[in-house]
Amino acid sequence: FYLTPAQVNSILKANEYSFKVPEFDGKNVSSVLGFDSNQLPANAPIEDRRSAATCLQTRGMLLGVFDGHAGCACAQAVSERLFYYIAVSLLPHETLLEIENAVESGRALLPILQWHKHPNDYFSKEASKLYFNSLRTYWQELIDLNSGETTDVREALINAFKRLDNDISLEAQVGDPNSFLNYLVLRVAFSGATACVAHVDGVDLHVANTGDSRAMLGVQEEDGSWSAVNLSYDHNAQNEHEVERVKMEHPKSEEKSLVKQDRLLGLLMPFRAFGDVKFKWSIELQKRVVESGPDQLNDNEYTKFIPPNYHTPPYLTAEPEVIHHKLRPQDKFLVLATDGLWETMHRQDVARIVGEYLTGVHHQQPIAVGGYKVTLGQMHGLLTERRARLSSVFEDQNAATHLIRHAVGNNEFGTVDHERLSKMLSLPEELARMYRDDITIIVVQFNSHVIGAY
Amino acid sequence: AARMFLRLLSDIQWRAAHPKWRRMTSSQRSTSTTAEPHPVSLPAQAQVVICGGGIMGTSVAYHLSKMGWKDILLLEQGRLAAGTTRFCAGIVSTARPMSIELKMAHYSNKLYQQLEQETGVQTGYMKTGSISLAQTQDRLISLKRIASSLNVMGIPCEIISPKKVLQLHPLINIHDLVGAMYVPEDALVSSANVSLALATAASRNGVQIHERTCVSHVTIHKGRVTGVETDRGRIQCEYFVNCAGQWAYELGHSGEEPVHIPLHACEHFYLLTHPLKEPLSSSLPTIVDPDGRIYIRNWQGGILSGGFEKNPKPLFTEGRNQLEIQNLQEDWDHFGPLLGALLRRMPGLEALQIMQLVNCPESFTPDMRCIMGESPTAQGYFVLAGMNSAGISYGGGAGKYLSEWIVNGYPSENVWPLDLKRFGTLQSSRTFLRHRVMEVMPLMCDLKVPRWDFQTGRQLRTSPLYDRLDAQGARWMEKHGFERVKYFVPPGNDLLDLDHSKTFYKPDWFDIVGSEVKCCKEAVCVIDMSSFTKFEISSTGDQALESLQYLFSNDLDVPVGHVVHTGMLNEKGGYENDCSIARLSKRSFFMISPTDQQVHCWAWLKNHLPDDSNLVMEDVTWKYTALNLIGPRAVDVLSELSYAPMTAEHFPSLFCKEMSVGYANGIRVMSITHTGEPGFVLYIPIEYALHVYNEVMNMGQKYGIRNAGYYALRSLRIEKFFAFWGQDLDAFTTPMECGREFQVKLDKGMQFLGQEALWEQKQNGVYKRFTMFILEDHDTDMDLWPWWGEPIFRNGRYVGKTTSSAYSYTLERHVCLGFVHHFDENTGEELVVTTDFINQGEYEIEIAGQRFQAKAKLYPFSSLFTQRRRKDEVELSGYQRE
Repeated sequence: FYLTPAQVNSILKANEYSFKVPEFDGKNVSSVLGFDSNQLPANAPIEDRRSAATCLQTRGMLLGVFDGHAGCACAQAVSERLFYYIAVSLLPHETLLEIENAVESGRALLPILQWHKHPNDYFSKEASKLYFNSLRTYWQELIDLNSGETTDVREALINAFKRLDNDISLEAQVGDPNSFLNYLVLRVAFSGATACVAHVDGVDLHVANTGDSRAMLGVQEEDGSWSAVNLSYDHNAQNEHEVERVKMEHPKSEEKSLVKQDRLLGLLMPFRAFGDVKFKWSIELQKRVVESGPDQLNDNEYTKFIPPNYHTPPYLTAEPEVIHHKLRPQDKFLVLATDGLWETMHRQDVARIVGEYLTGVHHQQPIAVGGYKVTLGQMHGLLTERRARLSSVFEDQNAATHLIRHAVGNNEFGTVDHERLSKMLSLPEELARMYRDDITIIVVQFNSHVIGAY
Repeated sequence: AARMFLRLLSDIQWRAAHPKWRRMTSSQRSTSTTAEPHPVSLPAQAQVVICGGGIMGTSVAYHLSKMGWKDILLLEQGRLAAGTTRFCAGIVSTARPMSIELKMAHYSNKLYQQLEQETGVQTGYMKTGSISLAQTQDRLISLKRIASSLNVMGIPCEIISPKKVLQLHPLINIHDLVGAMYVPEDALVSSANVSLALATAASRNGVQIHERTCVSHVTIHKGRVTGVETDRGRIQCEYFVNCAGQWAYELGHSGEEPVHIPLHACEHFYLLTHPLKEPLSSSLPTIVDPDGRIYIRNWQGGILSGGFEKNPKPLFTEGRNQLEIQNLQEDWDHFGPLLGALLRRMPGLEALQIMQLVNCPESFTPDMRCIMGESPTAQGYFVLAGMNSAGISYGGGAGKYLSEWIVNGYPSENVWPLDLKRFGTLQSSRTFLRHRVMEVMPLMCDLKVPRWDFQTGRQLRTSPLYDRLDAQGARWMEKHGFERVKYFVPPGNDLLDLDHSKTFYKPDWFDIVGSEVKCCKEAVCVIDMSSFTKFEISSTGDQALESLQYLFSNDLDVPVGHVVHTGMLNEKGGYENDCSIARLSKRSFFMISPTDQQVHCWAWLKNHLPDDSNLVMEDVTWKYTALNLIGPRAVDVLSELSYAPMTAEHFPSLFCKEMSVGYANGIRVMSITHTGEPGFVLYIPIEYALHVYNEVMNMGQKYGIRNAGYYALRSLRIEKFFAFWGQDLDAFTTPMECGREFQVKLDKGMQFLGQEALWEQKQNGVYKRFTMFILEDHDTDMDLWPWWGEPIFRNGRYVGKTTSSAYSYTLERHVCLGFVHHFDENTGEELVVTTDFINQGEYEIEIAGQRFQAKAKLYPFSSLFTQRRRKDEVELSGYQRE
């Protein structure tokens, strides 16, 4: 079975999305030029989600990738809800009041977020009322709490993550009279999702990460080469600090059973996640909810199964680690991606491939000899190199697509091998998951001119 | 940097403080006495106004003034030689595939050589020679063809081995070469200085030159040029010459009555380098590497190298006018492949330092030939432009021919292939031009094989039957924008793709055309010939007959319903057109002429017919679809369809009648086929075309009817020794020279155009004779095929060239048609050609350097063709009467 280059392209490009920050008066005053995103499923349906939105009542842009497990329900819910929680956490007291008053008196609400969505990125209509009520409760509490202090982004991110996870847990415990919604909130709570979210406002870049997705900054060195700077820590068994943290939070007696085969309680790969109430609730609570829940939940072996050595829950948290970075002119782009990418590619290669792609697209300026001393041979070499770069870049108009092409199709020489690409993409559904994971990538491109002017 | 290079290239001190070009040449030893300080007011009138001070404009001014015309004004919008001329690479190359182009280039070379001595202006003329490289055998064949035409013109030229190339030019990498052509007398010049030298000489002869004067438009009154409007006032003139280069199109369109000059500019890049460590000798030959798409010449101790890329960049489509070509962008990425080709050809240049990449727009035309001649709509409006990047090579010769044209009414050579009137308004669309020149520019370097067709700008004019024919496997070629069928590929017979059909040998359609020919001979074939030019001329009284009797050489006062083959001759008795005229009624005539005559013939008749409102001429080309039914069974098909007897007693040869075919009435049926075979041409009003075609095909089934194309027609007409205008006949060929005295009413005591010349030839004999050659020892399967333009040798001496050729499926031999001259063995003077002279020679035809024995014949093989036919079906085309 063989895919033509055109078929390969149509598969790779099916989910690609690009957003360019609009210019005003011919100038882009934002520190973000725009972003490219894309997803390549391995699971059917895909369990990854992505979100991107511009905050309308505060400054800044939010971008995030979410890797679901045990189904996609939790990742879906987080992708819909998390940015509202963050945006609300960032809002000043007066705006919160204004919004609450509008809801109270039935007036039109101030828009909070402008979403940048691919047509395939959907929001669940059924749950919107439920989700809205939970969110409203949150901002009402924020209004009551009015600390009078200016909102710190780091804190806002942490609060939003924790609050959403809490709401997910509560909604599942309370249930819903509507049986569809009741089943939905339970599925959300019993499945899990990691989240890696970036908030960019001017030169302030915050990355809040929960789980094993990763944020990486692409930096162009003075000699033009590319290097990668991590802006998140993976929350998994490879991270000593995480293992340490988990062990600290539980009695010494559980030390051996906490992390087995690089998994939390021998089961879960990420050490932090949304949902996954099986790792958070007490056994009693789990049993009660499952028993009173709908039949589908009761019939599900996974939900009924209690993890072994489950003594002192919670074992899992959605609290993110937040890293703050002041953007510099040499910081050209940010890659947010689920572990599907990082399993196949080293971050250094990611930095180089994206860097060359972006400069290839934007820096293929015409050459002028001017007053320089250039020989025919040098010029020939230069032109050949430019052509080669152009031809590999040529197929993709999207940096994320370009990266996926390399992640899936790279051969041992680090170049895209069409045959390999064709094979990987034509794997039957049941086999695909064995060779690769869902891949979701967002590449945010920074505006060095604006950043340099800060 | 740009300024500096320009100065270097032109070897002349351009000083900004002295805007007048004369000042700059005044340091030369002869001073220009007629110099006036600028601004001098323009004269109110001049006999000739030339627009454009590039190589073309100055060459026309030079030659006109040499021919004795003095009242000439040359206007240049910027500075002299500041456009394409200034940037041009300055290569004078005579290696041109077309005879007329070759002659122009040869003349230019001779002119430039003595120009410095004549004018005192340094032209930088250097006889370096040129080497055209062949990387493939096919390329070598095409070079050999050119070499054989150069040799018979007396221009030294030889095919050399790669080793010899290395001796002539030490830097060349020869490992991928199969051979080369060396033309030792090709030269280099500084093109801007050649132009200045021509201007200097013209100025001394009295031509007034004004720079910084912009022609806004030309005024035309009653079809004649009356003057020009400039930004400095109006000038009355009799003649206007448009030498505006890439702006010629726009200038042509600026007036109220547009003059269509189909050309379009493309960017053209070449590279200049600093000198080599050991500077290159200025006498090193120029290298042309067509397979690598590049040329390389020595320049100031370094090199100048440019080329014709596969993906040209057309520009100024929207007509962005500008005074001078100002700093067009260099585009290295675009030049990359050419640079690669250069370094492959001369690897030793790697370390050579770049000086500049020059972007110099060149104008290209729809058929890769330059544009020369008088506008068909405005008398006195002449054009010389569209040089397809060979402006310097053609400049001298083109200026000379155009000047002769203006002064004498026609140049001294046949320039029909370059005539503006080969184009009409249909080639004037900007979109068409933009697309076509993108194909033409790469063609500069592409292999020119027989029968290649343009791929762009197609399907413009089509017959109503186009889709029907296409669905039946038609393969198309284009003439004057009209799609014509070459042949029909039978279902299931996959021909090779286009690239493989490009061959100098036996083509893949050989058997297909063979079976079409066979069907024409034995049954009946239909050829859609709708592209032919069709005029109707009628009058209230006898005006039509009287006028036409003067303009046509054969007697048109025939009974109504008769068709006459006749020439439309010029003063010298040469064919301006060759046509068939049917007398529809006492007072109206229907005239059929070749497709590409549409503009020329119309203009000729307009200029020669009396200005009489009772005499009406109409172009009805578009009104009729023409179906040519060729073959012995055509008569059966037609009589069954019309219930009319079509046998020779009722419908003799060369007869025309309106009749019904199927349900359709008013079909003009003529018993001619343009091939010498029996049959009919049906002129069908277009709305009936599909009906009649269907009826003919249905009825024809039982007679074995099939579609055929022009290749079959061509084979038939050539084996019958039929001459075609535009291919064999031209304005320099008379009926006497091609055995058509019987088509001339010399003995009828009637006045007609060209009569004196023909009388003279009848008395004293002709100096060339149209002859048919049957190739004897030519192996159709193995040997190179003749095309046209092959030299003819009689007893080992060159006597002329072929004009067309085809394989005759009947004779199973190749047939070439061509003209035999008689050059005096000692003086080269042209002598009278007698029948004995033709018959008493041993002939050879040279195809790409290889000679094949040929048998010459002055009359066709009538017996061979007629034996199989019933006597009454023989078409009395007249050719067999002799």
